[in-house]
Amino acid sequence: MSYCNKKLIQPEYSDRIFKVLTGAAAILAALLMLGFFVQLFWYALPSIKTFGWRFLISSEWDPVKQVYGALPSILGTLITTGIAVLIAVPVSFIVSMFLVESAPAWFSVPVSYALDLLAAIPSIIYGMWGLFVFVPFMQSTVQPFLANTLHLKSIPFFGGNYNGFGFLTSGIILALMILPFVSAVMRDVFKMVPSVLKESAFGAGATSWEVTYDITMKYGARGLLGAVFLGLGRAVGETMAVLFVIGNIQTMPKSFFQAGTTIAATLANNFAEAEGIFKSSLFELGLILLVMSFLIQVLAQLWLKRISRQMGES
Amino acid sequence: MRRRGLVLRKTIDISMKLLSILFVTVAVAVMLWILYTVCSKGIEAFSWSFFVEPTKPYGIPDGGIANALLGTVIITIGAVIIGVPPGLLGGIYLSEFARNSKLGNIIRFSANVMMGIPSIICGLFVYAMLVYSTKHFSGFAGSVALSVIMFPVILRTTEDMLCMVPDALRESALAIGMPRWRATFSIVCKAASSGLVTGVLLAIARVSGETAPLLFTALWSDDWPFTFFTQPTANLTVTINEYATNSPFNVMHTRAWGAALVITFIILILNISCRIIFKNKEHAS
Repeated sequence: MSYCNKKLIQPEYSDRIFKVLTGAAAILAALLMLGFFVQLFWYALPSIKTFGWRFLISSEWDPVKQVYGALPSILGTLITTGIAVLIAVPVSFIVSMFLVESAPAWFSVPVSYALDLLAAIPSIIYGMWGLFVFVPFMQSTVQPFLANTLHLKSIPFFGGNYNGFGFLTSGIILALMILPFVSAVMRDVFKMVPSVLKESAFGAGATSWEVTYDITMKYGARGLLGAVFLGLGRAVGETMAVLFVIGNIQTMPKSFFQAGTTIAATLANNFAEAEGIFKSSLFELGLILLVMSFLIQVLAQLWLKRISRQMGES
Repeated sequence: MRRRGLVLRKTIDISMKLLSILFVTVAVAVMLWILYTVCSKGIEAFSWSFFVEPTKPYGIPDGGIANALLGTVIITIGAVIIGVPPGLLGGIYLSEFARNSKLGNIIRFSANVMMGIPSIICGLFVYAMLVYSTKHFSGFAGSVALSVIMFPVILRTTEDMLCMVPDALRESALAIGMPRWRATFSIVCKAASSGLVTGVLLAIARVSGETAPLLFTALWSDDWPFTFFTQPTANLTVTINEYATNSPFNVMHTRAWGAALVITFIILILNISCRIIFKNKEHAS
């Protein structure tokens, strides 16, 4: 760097302290990241030693016999996250497309602003709203409609009894929660598309949807995938919004209407009264969640880095 | 090129437009529904005693949330004291000394990854670090957990804000003989001050609504939060959790809605003021 020419400025003692101090604070980030893994692994060790790999594929959950398995929680996390992303991604794609491309400014500016503010609302509010308002609504209206009117109950994964709680409800609440985040990123992606590209497509006679689908989406595909990753990362570890509406039962998921659990919900629900090997298995669940979200984040980071490098070259 | 009929293309276009209007309406309607529920149910709980009385054990009427509100404020201030200085210093390091260095990239990468780690994991981490070893839950542990969440956010926003300061400013400060630290604090940081304040406020807004990490660290209590370092400490979000899920009483649910309205209000105010601060600065420059 040009401005720290050592011949002109005497390297003072105070500046060395300054650099070491700031550097130490920065390295804290890397150390904390490492500390997460070390700490959780250390406390999960008794459980890892006792149950081995079976912990990952066992669905047994018996506090009396002290036998625990993570499969219901892992599957629950995957199912709720999957539902959330499946709902939130197309909806936020269309919402942000509309807000950026075709809505008039008097509409899109306040709505974008409102969406940004909604991203700030704490997850426990979503959970509470889910418990007191949305679960009864699901039970009385949505689930009977899906099961009886649309006759989905004869299809596997949609059968069984329903009481409003469960995977579908959690997935929808999660989708509502991540929608503002995903649509914020997608709006940025849509705005990045050069207007020359869009204008020439319009000039060639394309309709607005064709411009969006063939030009904007293909130009911004990689950025859009980044948005999906972001939503995925949010949804996978969300605790409070899910805890209130999942039902918290340790069973293998058989139907989307059924109550179940996720890793985060299991942790929050059982941690207070857990002791010994039980607590250790909960730490192992935490470690699994950490590894899952770590992988998602690393993939997202590498992906975004690659995009910005390619954008820089072109 | 594949040819499609004009009518079909127009129909697709119009139906996509209608669909997007439908989706936007549904999304906005659900959001308004949530806000309406929180406001209408929360306002029922509001009364003088709600804001001055502490929480009471189950079944006892006319409790408030005063201790929880105070506890949330204390825990958040604690998190700011612990988390903000290293965040700012680390951000300074990244922008002033490590723009393209390998170490800087590793730190940047881990801060980005850390921002995406679920907050419940931060709670678990601090539980293992502080609660398990000292054998008691405490508000202080809650502060540490929240500061762990804040730290990478502040680190990254600080770096972004400082990188926007033009190098000419740094060079002229150093040219008049300022030491590096002085130039950084009184010239570079000052130029980016509104950005830094925004970053800190946004980080506060983000952690003050957190529940999961506090479940493992601060827990909750019916006492006033004067035993911050040694005992479970009352706070709004865990109180909401307790009242909403573990209580069959309607009064308690109403109080939970009241607390929910309070915390939502605080967070929205923080967010809106950030936007105003940042916007004013942008217009001024």
